[in-house]
Amino acid sequence: MSNLTPPFSPGASPQDEPRRSPAGEGGPAAGNISDSEREDLRQHGILLTSLEELYGWGRSNSIWPLQFGLACCAIEMIAAATARFDIARFGAEIFRPSPRQADLMIVSGTVTKKMAPLVVRLWNQMPEPKYCIAMGACAISGGPFKQGYNVLKGIDRLIPVDIYIPGCPPRPEALLHGLTELQAKIRAEHVSGPQAARHLQADSASEFPIPDYGAHDLEPPHNPDLFKPPASPRAEGLKN
Amino acid sequence: MIVPASPDPAKPDLSTPPVAENSLASALPPFSPSAILPRLLARFPAATIELVPNPGPAAEHSLLLDAAHAREIATFLRDDDMLRLDYCSNATGIDWPEKEIVDTVKKSVPDPAGGPDKVVEEKTKRIQPGYLETVYHLYSMARKHGPVILRLRTENRNDRIFLPSLTPVWKSCDFQEREIFDLYGIVFLGHPDLRRLLMWDGFKDHPMRRDYVAPDDFEWEPTPHGSVLDRAKGHYPKTEGLNS
Repeated sequence: MSNLTPPFSPGASPQDEPRRSPAGEGGPAAGNISDSEREDLRQHGILLTSLEELYGWGRSNSIWPLQFGLACCAIEMIAAATARFDIARFGAEIFRPSPRQADLMIVSGTVTKKMAPLVVRLWNQMPEPKYCIAMGACAISGGPFKQGYNVLKGIDRLIPVDIYIPGCPPRPEALLHGLTELQAKIRAEHVSGPQAARHLQADSASEFPIPDYGAHDLEPPHNPDLFKPPASPRAEGLKN
Repeated sequence: MIVPASPDPAKPDLSTPPVAENSLASALPPFSPSAILPRLLARFPAATIELVPNPGPAAEHSLLLDAAHAREIATFLRDDDMLRLDYCSNATGIDWPEKEIVDTVKKSVPDPAGGPDKVVEEKTKRIQPGYLETVYHLYSMARKHGPVILRLRTENRNDRIFLPSLTPVWKSCDFQEREIFDLYGIVFLGHPDLRRLLMWDGFKDHPMRRDYVAPDDFEWEPTPHGSVLDRAKGHYPKTEGLNS
């Protein structure tokens, strides 16, 4: 027992050890002890955790995606659900056909302006907490159809996006990587305080305005509260 | 020695050249426009039918029909026993905007001083009015031949944009004519269900027309170039004190 340092002994200095907690930058998940101390305790049959950590762990391991596909990226999403890639390993295999039962919207493919109001309506119908993955070049920016008259230049003009997966289309492995990134993001969320998760903050929007079909374009063409384009690098060059 | 025209195929008659037109006409397949055109003109004497040549290597010449007789002619092409064009594989539209054509005529003008004649070029400008056009590609499943290409033209691009629908003749034209209506704005008279196909119902423009201007959503272009750069500049912040 000589090699076992008592976790709460005054001699040990927890500050010397890197504090890494599943809760991310916001501080340790389970009180004032480091991960190595918790690991020591776990070897002695004592599991220390917090409600926040349990909550995030549970949610991150059962992300149910909404079952819909928009274009060829959907084929890769379907492939990710098959036995070869097996999205079930990450607890996201239950593709729900109803937005009321879904946690995750995978915008897989080209969003035409004719389809965009329907995508926003589906997003509004999903209950919180909900997350959005923009899968592929088209969902991110319009992709090869960026200059087209009937293609939305990125779904983030209308709904908030958590994870962007580039590719044309991204392979199923890329989708799985995006999913694990989303899991890490969910595990790092806090349940209270100023850094609480988006869905727990009272002033954060859950529903977004659905654009109308106008005579020449969607009205409005993007959500000005959500989409604030940075100045173009060339425009920055002009200013200087 | 004068050799009479020999019926013996082993000894072809070489003294007189074969009559070019007749041999060419007999060598033409029955679905070639040059073979169809005289039959159509004989059958529909009131119709105006032109042969539109294709100068390219494909040489897919087409038949330009007048709108008034297009439905009858199409029905004839479908039901005629020699042609049996029972399948319309493709229907599409073309927008021909108004364009200015400069005709140059060389004239020799006598020199009043008594010298040699001067050659003067006279340039006359004329406006070729724009029109919209549909193109149909017809094949025969029964006779295994094709394509036969039909063209129909509207009177202009603005208000006389009506053409007869060929959907009653070939069912497969249904969605394609709806697409042409949507993207080019040609109104097909007699179409059973003429609605927009790709764009939404309240949409007012016809995006495949040459003068269509796409909506301006160029707020964020990381690497703009060409026409994209020109449109993105409209969203750049005002530059003061720069001579550009």
